[in-house]
Amino acid sequence: MYEVRFHGRGGQGSVMASGMLAAAMVEEGKYAVSIPSFGFERRGAPVVSFLRMSDREIRQLTNIYQPDCIVCVDPTLTKSVDIFAGMKAGGTLVQATHHPLSELALPDCVSTVGLLDAVKIALEIFKRPITNTLMLGAFAKTTGVVSLESLKRALEDSEFRDAGLAQNMTALERGYAEVAVHHIERRAAA
Amino acid sequence: MSTATLEKAVAAEAPRKQKVILAEGNEAAALGVALARPDMVSVYPITPQSSLVEHVAKLIADGRMDADIVDAEGEHSVLSVLQGGALAGARTYTATCGPGLAFMFEPYFRTSGMRLPIVLTIVTRDGITPQSVWGGHQDAMTVREAGWIQVYCESVQEVLDTTVMAFKIAEHHDVMLPVNVCLDGNYLSYGASRVELPDQADVDEFMGEKNVNWHVALDPLRPMAVDPLTGGTTGKGPQTFVRYRKGQCRGMQNALSVIEEVHADWAKRIGRSFAPLVEEYRLDDAEFAIMTLGSMTGAAKDAVDEAREAGKKIGLIKIKTFSPFPVEALKKALGKVKALGVIDRSVGFRWNCGPMYQETLGVLYRLGRHIPSISYIGGLAGADITIPHVHRVIDETEALLNGAVAPTEPVWLNEKD
Repeated sequence: MYEVRFHGRGGQGSVMASGMLAAAMVEEGKYAVSIPSFGFERRGAPVVSFLRMSDREIRQLTNIYQPDCIVCVDPTLTKSVDIFAGMKAGGTLVQATHHPLSELALPDCVSTVGLLDAVKIALEIFKRPITNTLMLGAFAKTTGVVSLESLKRALEDSEFRDAGLAQNMTALERGYAEVAVHHIERRAAA
Repeated sequence: MSTATLEKAVAAEAPRKQKVILAEGNEAAALGVALARPDMVSVYPITPQSSLVEHVAKLIADGRMDADIVDAEGEHSVLSVLQGGALAGARTYTATCGPGLAFMFEPYFRTSGMRLPIVLTIVTRDGITPQSVWGGHQDAMTVREAGWIQVYCESVQEVLDTTVMAFKIAEHHDVMLPVNVCLDGNYLSYGASRVELPDQADVDEFMGEKNVNWHVALDPLRPMAVDPLTGGTTGKGPQTFVRYRKGQCRGMQNALSVIEEVHADWAKRIGRSFAPLVEEYRLDDAEFAIMTLGSMTGAAKDAVDEAREAGKKIGLIKIKTFSPFPVEALKKALGKVKALGVIDRSVGFRWNCGPMYQETLGVLYRLGRHIPSISYIGGLAGADITIPHVHRVIDETEALLNGAVAPTEPVWLNEKD
């Protein structure tokens, strides 16, 4: 079982990204479940979505409290939400940010980090700070648990059409190509 | 062709290839409705049902579903419109929840009395007040004495498959009752899962020839009174009224075997089987059991597997068909255990326990053997029932085997969440 928690703000499409990632996993023959947390869906309010992937049928339909991976599609969210709550040791963070790794305060549970200046790229592609599909590309490269090709097929099967589809294809590709992946060596406890 | 030959011919053919897709529970319900080919749907959106009727509307707009859709001004009208459609012989469908179901109550009660086989999905939502738009079984539980068949689903796949089966059950000539397919708001309604979509030709063969309303069709060439005013204290007396009520109860009891037959036929033709009334999970050599309803069951089965690994003699009983209450099937399951923990996702205010727990006490009486038991109430207003929550239920229920005294009050699982 591989568990991912998406963090974002209402309107950025993190719930949609979670669903599209689940569709890409199903495309690869895996079992996947994506459950959005629920609140009043206001634009800008912090939102969460949960995704489980497994080779076997997934029976539990619950929220995720101890994720293997955290995808944060918004660069400012860490100021108001503890996105690392419950994260497993040796976990992976895929974060939208313009800061380099050295400027981020990361807990010890994080071992792999994918950083993408997603807002800057989104403004170039969409003229709006919509980062969700960029971050899916970054997720695929950082974790390797899903292929870029499967994500593209899931995007083709989604509601996107014409210019929107082409822009989001570009976003997937650029997220995959431009994410900076770091592996953090943790010093053994003395 | 004799029945035996027909069965052989059917069994010999494997189901046609099924497309694998990702769908949320609301979309799965809509796809199930489309597969059943209704003639008319009427809708009014309400959280957390809204995306279901949006999917239905889109399926119709895209030409994937050939049905009339009536966008009514409220739920009372929605069901009244469908009653007209059903009286004219149409296969009809709608979905609602919570306050929408409350607003629908007057025609809701009348639907079962008129024996109209309407299928209505309840995307279950907790009762207000206090304010909440989140999942919980309180809405469906509140209307459990209105003569509708009510089945609860565990997974998105079960939502899809059960939605199709619901039409077959409702329209069976020994039943002729409306059916609620209950799917949990939030965790099932918005939970997107891998599902297999049955082939339309297989479903068409499963459904057979449409013969929806053979007993009261609005037909100008065959004038008849429908829903007559029954005798009062003078004149004909109450016998017509009694005949109606007795017939409704007979239909409910007939539904028990029809639900089993329809599930068996679905398994044979589509290749997926679900326990029709009561599912027994790892129960055969169990000493104690927990009881579940709806989407909480998946996490509960995982917890039972973990407890089994730890050596606990635990099993699980899942209720799928809540109305009619599956007394005999549950009696058989309860006969295997010596202690019981029942998890409800709603509140029974009158008895200060969960409603499913209270109904189960009636079955225990018929079993004629005392089984110590605890009523758990969890998952209210969208609260999560996780594997750790279920472990608490398992541990406390196991303690009853060793002489622990069962609390007289319900245990509230999310009290400190």
